[in-house]
Amino acid sequence: MKKAENRMKLYLPSLSINESMARSVVAAFIAQLNPTIEEISDIKCAVSEAVTNSIVHGYRYNQGEIYIGVKYFSDRTVVIEIKDKGCGIEDVKLAMTPLFTTDKTGERSGMGFAVMQTFMDRLEVWSKKDKGVRILMEKKLK
Amino acid sequence: MKAVFDNENPQIVFENGILSAKILGDIDHHCAKYVRERIDSSIFEYKPSIVLLDLSSVDFMDSSGLGLILGRYNTASEMGAEFRICSPSSGVKKVLELAGIERIIKIEGDLRV
Ligand SMILES: Nc1ncnc2c1ncn2[C@@H]1O[C@H](COP(=O)(O)OP(=O)(O)OP(=O)(O)O)[C@@H](O)[C@H]1O
Ligand SMILES: [Mg+2]
Repeated sequence: MKKAENRMKLYLPSLSINESMARSVVAAFIAQLNPTIEEISDIKCAVSEAVTNSIVHGYRYNQGEIYIGVKYFSDRTVVIEIKDKGCGIEDVKLAMTPLFTTDKTGERSGMGFAVMQTFMDRLEVWSKKDKGVRILMEKKLK
Repeated sequence: MKAVFDNENPQIVFENGILSAKILGDIDHHCAKYVRERIDSSIFEYKPSIVLLDLSSVDFMDSSGLGLILGRYNTASEMGAEFRICSPSSGVKKVLELAGIERIIKIEGDLRV
């Protein structure tokens, strides 16, 4: 296993005001690699999706903790891990289907996982009902 | 009739039957609720024939923005108004394209002078 060149860890309470903070902190960390504007924008969007899901779905407006870990390697691969200990997902494959949403307000499009999948090179999701969600995303910068 | 509310997000202007809502800054889940309430209440108040969502001052948008846009499209349609988006940045455009928004909603280019 190759060793990460640099790493950071961030623990946040699941407040919606932290959504912009989370993506900005990750962007600031990744900036060390001189990414393109598009790469930064893609990564910010993917982080925002995962963190928002933990807040909106995982903790359903109750408070809980969100973990964000980021590391990068000498080959410019960025690995981002985001975890919550919320309600979890019963059927991960179904949840990842574009346009699928359990939201009842009509204000969600069910495109969060599609964004993560498209904007990153690799996305893996582990979850069980009541066991929270763990997301691993990877993107190799140019 | 013309109504302008300054220093508010979104900036709302109603003129000649067109309600334009200019969103300022990032669009995410945190800000979506307030923006949505302001746009919807303006649509109900002014009953415009066109609702224009101006994205020229938005640098960042995630899927919460898609929900916001589709929700306002629905409100406008229910009120008999046409709904359009204008001036998305390249990052915002990428999210709109991923969701195929342009198949449902007219997206105008850069309207800035
Ligand atoms: N952290 C999580 N905890 C519990 N359920 C989750 C979590 N993340 C996603 N889900 C479930 O997966 C579904 C799909 O997530 P996705 O982000 O693709 O869409 P959405 O959040 O419903 O809508 P959008 O992201 O477009 O606003 C959610 O509706 C929810 O049921
Ligand atoms: Mg989501």
